[in-house]
Amino acid sequence: MFISRKWLSDFTNITASSQEYEDAMTMSGSKVEATVELSEEIQKVVVGRVLEIERVPDSDHLWVCRIDVGQDEPVQIVTGAQNVRENDMVPVALHKSTLPGGTKITKGKIRGVKSEGMLCSTIELNVDKSDFPYATTGEEGIFILQEECNPGDDIRPIIGADDSIVEFEITSNRPDCLSVIGLARESAVTFGTELNIPEPVVKGSGGDINELLSIEIKDPELCLRYTGRMIKNIKIEPSPKWMRQRLRAAGVRPINNIVDITNYVMLEYGQPMHAFDYACLDGGKIIVRTATKGETMNTLDGVTRALTTDMLLIADAKKPVGIAGVMGGENSEVTEDTQYVVFESANFKGVSIRKTAGALGMRTDASSKFEKGLDVENTLPAVQRACQLVELLGAGIVIDGIIDIRETPFKPTKLNLDAQKINKLLGTSIDESFMVQTLTKLGFDVVDGVVTVPSWRRDIEHFSDLAEEIARFYGYDVIEPTLHEGSADGGFTPKQIAERNVTSLCRALSYSEICTYSFVGQSDYDSIELPKDSPLRKGVTILNPLGEDTSIMRTTSLPSMMGALMRNWGHRNQVARLYEMATVYMGIGEKLPEERPILTLGAYGHCDFFEIKGACETILREMRVKEVRFAAEQNDPSYHPGRSAAVFSGETKLGIVGQVHPTVAKHFGVGEAYAAQIDLLKLLDCAAQERVYVPLPRFPAITRDIAVVCGMDVTAADLTNGIFKSGGKLLRDVKLFDVYTGDRVQAGKKSMAFSLTLRSDEQTLTDEHADEALKNILLALETQFGAVIR
Amino acid sequence: MKENLEQLRAMALDALNHAHSSAELESLRVKFLGKKGEITAILRQMGSLSETERPIIGQLANEVRAVIEEAIADKVRQLEANNLSERLISEALDVTIPGKEFLIGRRHPMTIVLDEAKDIFIGMGFNIAEGPEVELSLYDFDKLNIPTTHPAREWTDTFYIEADESVHLRCQTSPVQVRVMENQKPPIRVISPGRVYRKDEVDASHSPMFHQIEGLVIDKGVTMADLKGTLNLLVHKLYGDKTKTRFRPHHFPFTEPSCEVDVQCVVCGGSGCRTCKQSGWLELLGAGVVHPKVLAGCGIDPEVYSGFAFGIGLERMTMLRYGIDDMRLLFENDLRFLSQF
Repeated sequence: MFISRKWLSDFTNITASSQEYEDAMTMSGSKVEATVELSEEIQKVVVGRVLEIERVPDSDHLWVCRIDVGQDEPVQIVTGAQNVRENDMVPVALHKSTLPGGTKITKGKIRGVKSEGMLCSTIELNVDKSDFPYATTGEEGIFILQEECNPGDDIRPIIGADDSIVEFEITSNRPDCLSVIGLARESAVTFGTELNIPEPVVKGSGGDINELLSIEIKDPELCLRYTGRMIKNIKIEPSPKWMRQRLRAAGVRPINNIVDITNYVMLEYGQPMHAFDYACLDGGKIIVRTATKGETMNTLDGVTRALTTDMLLIADAKKPVGIAGVMGGENSEVTEDTQYVVFESANFKGVSIRKTAGALGMRTDASSKFEKGLDVENTLPAVQRACQLVELLGAGIVIDGIIDIRETPFKPTKLNLDAQKINKLLGTSIDESFMVQTLTKLGFDVVDGVVTVPSWRRDIEHFSDLAEEIARFYGYDVIEPTLHEGSADGGFTPKQIAERNVTSLCRALSYSEICTYSFVGQSDYDSIELPKDSPLRKGVTILNPLGEDTSIMRTTSLPSMMGALMRNWGHRNQVARLYEMATVYMGIGEKLPEERPILTLGAYGHCDFFEIKGACETILREMRVKEVRFAAEQNDPSYHPGRSAAVFSGETKLGIVGQVHPTVAKHFGVGEAYAAQIDLLKLLDCAAQERVYVPLPRFPAITRDIAVVCGMDVTAADLTNGIFKSGGKLLRDVKLFDVYTGDRVQAGKKSMAFSLTLRSDEQTLTDEHADEALKNILLALETQFGAVIR
Repeated sequence: MKENLEQLRAMALDALNHAHSSAELESLRVKFLGKKGEITAILRQMGSLSETERPIIGQLANEVRAVIEEAIADKVRQLEANNLSERLISEALDVTIPGKEFLIGRRHPMTIVLDEAKDIFIGMGFNIAEGPEVELSLYDFDKLNIPTTHPAREWTDTFYIEADESVHLRCQTSPVQVRVMENQKPPIRVISPGRVYRKDEVDASHSPMFHQIEGLVIDKGVTMADLKGTLNLLVHKLYGDKTKTRFRPHHFPFTEPSCEVDVQCVVCGGSGCRTCKQSGWLELLGAGVVHPKVLAGCGIDPEVYSGFAFGIGLERMTMLRYGIDDMRLLFENDLRFLSQF
């Protein structure tokens, strides 16, 4: 929202500097984004009268002028423009002047002729024909002033460049502040100045609108009020300079007097208006109705719009002439030939306007105001103001009578003013008199502790809303900070602690944390070779994604990790060890998907299967996960079929670890890569809760190393389990310490060496004990696995 | 004989003086003190001495033996000391050669800042609440008093999962607070950190997925002044005791009164710089007193209880903390970046 300080001063007189104004308004709730000082852009540019003009010798297009700029001596300036005559009043950029855009002008010589500055065109002063319709346009033409001015006058007030334009960020609950009057009210309360909003006075000219026009609201749910007035003898011409300047300051392009008046009123009163050419209204009727099935119309922007039956239209007896609150129709546009105009000042239901504008993809200034819900009492003053401006500008003659249709009268909200309750909520002790005073200045009526909310403040519906009104003018910064005394039983949950522990283990293992997007695309699933019919492809789909690649909530964390590995590979980082506690979103349950955190590891560079498996084993061991085992996993298409393992705790599958399938790695443009995906919640379910102290052994242990030769298909897990099962109660630990294939064992066989630890809690073991256990073990290994001692 | 002993002592001490190895010492010990050594040889001749001479010579012989033994022991200690110091010299290292590298992984910078915030709030007696990211509009919009006309509900702003707008990706972590209020009686003190989603294209300061830390305090007699006190405390712990704050009125549907909280620019200290766009202030938090309608909608009696809520953007906090100028770095996961924290 851009507002001219000059325009504001029509309603309240604030003398604060731009900085003071910005600060105070920001602290009372109307945040100022920036202030543009139009005057700063133009320096040392004055009005000059051309005294003499003659050709520059030896030039066929240059002129040298002697110009009175209000100083003792005239200045001499060379110009290439051909439209300057003696006695013309022109803008003169003097020596060391500045023009909009930062251009600096200094004196110099042109064709050897002294030139003490420059004559300016409209372009150089950043104005155009809509500001000064009489001005010559184009680079070659100097701006010959027809304003009342004298040599030496500062050009800035003459071209309206002496204003400050304030840019506000208006919150969605305050559509009333999307207007000059709304912000003038806020300014007046902020600075304690008088607010003066004159009631528009329309002289009128006889006649009766009712003889020409009738208005009918077919859908009073969607059109809460429709106010119309008519103008005849329309004279379309440019609007006056002051109006054009104010429109431009607010970022609105001036068009002609009638259109400019509707825009001016929209900015000043916050009430969007529309002007119809009466001649185009069949049957002299305005009917507010929803569109019929299959109806279309051409809007002012020249586009044919297909309408749906929930869209509210302004129609005449035969056809639609506008989309209510969004844009008028081409068929009823005001043109040079327009004789009679109907001014529409209406109030439409916000939701309906929002939906219509959204469906048609055409958010306009009007629709963005309507959709926030406007003041239903504002239609009449706004249309009156428009008619007043018509009379002021001589743009036509106002026909007497107003048509003002609404089904239900406005019923203001009433609230109790409970000063004690407000102070209790704020933690303050503000006087009730200050509260009453503030609310009154804001336009509330306060009588005997009952507050009547003004029609433009539809956001106020509760005592806490009143508390905010009072607090923001009392000053948020004045409220003394306190700390609430309360119970303090805060702390992390066991899951949160476990999550911290798991991630710190990852870092101890040299893995660094990454943070990836939760959404992926089907192409990511292709990249990890997920089968087309995989249930993992049926995830939560975003209906309005930014793009295909961010259109589904991931059901697997692998693509995100591979993406991170790919980027690091691309940056030529030699080694990568990455982890993420990545949430996946599994299908749609009752209504919402199940969200599960997956501990995801990714690695490349000096890595192998056993390193990443070791990382997983360390994490599981340190998290005290019970009965951990790994089983070959050949069926996960994302992983190497011979180098990946399913991770189990007992019978619960926790996840997978292994080498990323070479095809998948290739899709991501990385070399040999490794990954692991472990379900955190399952891991925690399988973790032993408490550490329990185990007494230190009282008797020494005996160790025995054995090496057995077995077939290649026998696994380390087979033998380890076999040893444990046959070793008896004295066997406390078994560790594989060597695997050998080669010359010294038979071809097609391998040797595996284990270190066994035996111990008793009752006595010091002897060699006989160990030999007995070893005998049983070797027997079992031979009979079960054909493994014989080497 | 006496002369022989004196001579022997002198000889032995002289020989010891010239000994340079433990082997030489051993052979000298054998030569002088051994069973077949020189002292023994002299003592063997004791029989030829007179009764009076014998004890004198015997004493002298023992004396000489003791002196030589002591001298050998001295020499052994001396040699050991020499050997040790030679070994130490030979073992000397270039201690400026770098030590063995132990690689430790790093936390993501946002996790560092989040962990710090969590610890501050845990210290103030808060719990940490979690909730779904794919959320019912009931919790993310309706129960938060967000009107059906609010721009946040636009399909251009929020990622929808269901065509009837009943499910979407949460655009704030506030629905977690609603779930807490529905399931827990006051007093309530929670923060709810997590991922949130808004339909913004990726650029230096926007991301369609980002993180928030929201907080909620509900109890009897909680005031707006308490909100100021708590958030001041947070800012002081995060950015230092002297950091100034500025509470500006703002609008959020679920709080009333509402405010935005600016902190004095952590880069320039408030004098104005590029980071704070010359204003001296950085927008850090949105906050407010929980709207009575929101309380009532969650089954908490607004006549008995009141509370405040606040929300912080974690990306912004992190970028301010480390002077990161492009949000994309936080999601690119380049180790050259990650290993700086």
